Amino acid sequence: MKEIVCKLLVIGAGPGGYVCAIRAGQLGIDTVIVEESKPGGTCLNVGCIPSKALIHAAEEFAVVRRMAAGRSPIGIRVADAAIDLAKTIGWKDGIVGRLTSGVSTLLHKANVKIVHGRAVFRDGKTVEVETETGAQIIRADTVVIATGSEPVDLASLPFGGRVISSTEALSLKDLPEKLVVVGGGYIGLELGTAFAKMGSEVTVVEALPQILPQYDADLVRPVLRKLGELGIRVLTSAKAKGLSGDGNALFVEAADSQEQQLPADRILVTVGRKPKTTGSGLEELDLDRSGPYLRIDERCRTSMRGIYAIGDVTGEPMLAHRAMAQGEMVAEIVAGRKRAWDKRCIPAVCFTDPEIVTAGLSPGEARAQGYEIRVGQFPFSANGRAMTMHSDEGFVRVVARADSNLVLGLQAVGAGVSELSATFAHAMEMGARLEDIAGTIHAHPTRSEAIQEAALKALGHALHT
Amino acid sequence: MGEFTIKMPDVGEGVAEAELVEWHVKAGDPVREDMVIAAVMTDKATVEIPSPVTGIVVWLGAEIGDRVAVKAPLVRIETAGEGGEIRTEIPAAVTPAKALEPPLPALDLTKGTVPKAATAPREIVAVPAEKPLASPAVRLFARENGIDLRQVTGSGPAGRILREDIDQFFAHGAAPFPAQVVPGRKTTTEEIKLTGLRRRIAEKMSLSASRIPHITYVEEIDMTALEELRATMNRDRKPEQPKLTVLPFLMRAIVKAVAEQPNLNATFDDHTGVLTRHGAVHIGIAAQTPAGLVVPVVRHTEARGIWDCASEMNRLAEAARTGSATRDELGGSTITISSLGALGGIVSTPVINHPEVAIIGVNKIAVRPVWDGTQFVPRKMMNLSSSFDHRIVDGWDAATFVQRVRVLLETPALIFIES
Repeated sequence: MKEIVCKLLVIGAGPGGYVCAIRAGQLGIDTVIVEESKPGGTCLNVGCIPSKALIHAAEEFAVVRRMAAGRSPIGIRVADAAIDLAKTIGWKDGIVGRLTSGVSTLLHKANVKIVHGRAVFRDGKTVEVETETGAQIIRADTVVIATGSEPVDLASLPFGGRVISSTEALSLKDLPEKLVVVGGGYIGLELGTAFAKMGSEVTVVEALPQILPQYDADLVRPVLRKLGELGIRVLTSAKAKGLSGDGNALFVEAADSQEQQLPADRILVTVGRKPKTTGSGLEELDLDRSGPYLRIDERCRTSMRGIYAIGDVTGEPMLAHRAMAQGEMVAEIVAGRKRAWDKRCIPAVCFTDPEIVTAGLSPGEARAQGYEIRVGQFPFSANGRAMTMHSDEGFVRVVARADSNLVLGLQAVGAGVSELSATFAHAMEMGARLEDIAGTIHAHPTRSEAIQEAALKALGHALHT
Repeated sequence: MGEFTIKMPDVGEGVAEAELVEWHVKAGDPVREDMVIAAVMTDKATVEIPSPVTGIVVWLGAEIGDRVAVKAPLVRIETAGEGGEIRTEIPAAVTPAKALEPPLPALDLTKGTVPKAATAPREIVAVPAEKPLASPAVRLFARENGIDLRQVTGSGPAGRILREDIDQFFAHGAAPFPAQVVPGRKTTTEEIKLTGLRRRIAEKMSLSASRIPHITYVEEIDMTALEELRATMNRDRKPEQPKLTVLPFLMRAIVKAVAEQPNLNATFDDHTGVLTRHGAVHIGIAAQTPAGLVVPVVRHTEARGIWDCASEMNRLAEAARTGSATRDELGGSTITISSLGALGGIVSTPVINHPEVAIIGVNKIAVRPVWDGTQFVPRKMMNLSSSFDHRIVDGWDAATFVQRVRVLLETPALIFIES
């Protein structure tokens, strides 16, 4: 059996794993990465990138449809709008292909050896990979587990047939006429909105009283309003019970305990993701767990020396940029540098319509932690750029300590606000105060002016409201 | 017939591999279920691995000194029944066989006291539980330089720590700041993994201290006569003869004393409860070397004269210092002398060299006033601090032994008189 001996072995080439391997390669560490499918993991192949491609295509189509229907307030009229979903999916696949091959190129450039196949732990320092050319043994001083996560299904609605996960939803060749989305979290709403814009009749079924339960009601309200405008039906406090006998409908127990039947061509189940910790011999290593996740410390070390874990397999928030930051950090630790997780925030973006972005603490979270706070909120309805783009819903909000004006959190909801995430995170990491944001010139006319105005408002002297 | 593969168990200290230190079986040996087949060492303890089956050992998966990964095949045993794979569990009763937790020295790299605000008073007092406020670049700089930002006072807005604050911390950290000096809390720790000789010393000491109930007996000895004799012998020595220290005399005295108390020149196996008295007197000399404490052994001192003892001791000391001593030269002692030379202090509590039952600690010789019945006279005095395994040696026997050594050293002619 062929055998490779290396310093660092990374299992999984998702955003956490490939970043870790590239950084390790840059630092001169003899690195091997094992991936059972395509490089890029969930994010590039069936997550962030393809979903954003689909969301963009859907929005373009929706705009043209509005114009065709004579409902464009801007005054543009077109004859007709049509979408060829297969072609859209093909275009999306092209982007994914370019990015995944890009990752491979970057790994090669960093002198990382890529082994294709499924890695199974043989012992604490050795994995066996079943490759196309036979079994391959890899021995390493240090191992990084970056196996990621996978969609969770419901016992009453196992994946298969009409019941699909986000992975299948991103590769549908035909538009479902009636789509039921089970789970009103960000994945379900992002995809549900996209399909509604492309012409599907969409119903969202959420078991909790509020969609997007991780966000406060103020941030969710503009999204809820838009869902209504798009004709998306939202059932909260409703439980999916199972398929009807002929499989053409979903039984739902609504808030009033009445059972309803929702006809559906497709039922998209997006009730969460679970870490991939089975099938790779991890069970036998007896690594300590934190719930279903691998327990790690501030250096991403597991309970076994020499074995690190990063990304979704280590728990929430399951975000690609968290995994990337962990991967980079672990590579540097393996290279002997002093590093530990010391981030003040992990920004999060929800690509609904409108988008939501958060960094740090919300007002409620800050109060719960015992802070006396001041909050500044500035609406896009008073922002010139938002008006000229005919999308002035939403606002920017800043939360700061009342005694020092230290910024504790920044949130926004509105069109295109995902791009504000960098400046939000930057302010948090730098330890900005309200005066720092207020004292920074924000270019006019841009949406980001709303950040400065929110800070000014928290200081008590907003200029434009 | 079947074959079982026994895999390396998780030894439970969060390690992915452990060092194989001992095989209790070899290929071809019969083993019973629960019989210890091997011992592996992690950083903290030696753990014995029992056999989960009865059969014949057909294959050993590693050699002593190899690091074996958790789950890697360790032993194959042919059995009467069906075969399979087994990961043995470490039984709770066996695990703590030789556990030890050496206290690690907490080194403080920064030597810093927190400089009090030299400039205007801050508007904000940081809440201690909060993360220090600093930009990512400053945090990285601090971490790379081993500085705990909680020790640094930030001079920026909202108490933000600036790069200049760290420079100031470097510059003034160790020196008392003018006026308001407040000793800062030091919260840094540094973990130092014990390896090599230091690790072995730690294990050995812990083994001795945890298994042997020590009693230590201290007696002062008038070395004036012996020192005069030693000076004379050194002055008159032949060119090929080594310079004599006190130790060869002590070694000869021990040979004489243990001849009368053979229980003290012995080793005790506390597993089997057997005390082995040794005819040979192999004296270990605990000595400091640049690498750490080692114990070279002067073998058969009962058959060596003073000069021979001195020559052999010098040869071994040199070998130990240069690291060329063989395993035989560093083991197999039956009684040990612990000497810190001129640094020897007035009293020490020597730790017995397991599995021996006695150790003689030499303290420094100093001129002290001694009342001779009519007046104080200056005498060259030295204390002997001796520890004994109280399971074997009663206090009375310990005292008798030390008194015998005292008489021999105070009247050195007795050392040379044939018994």
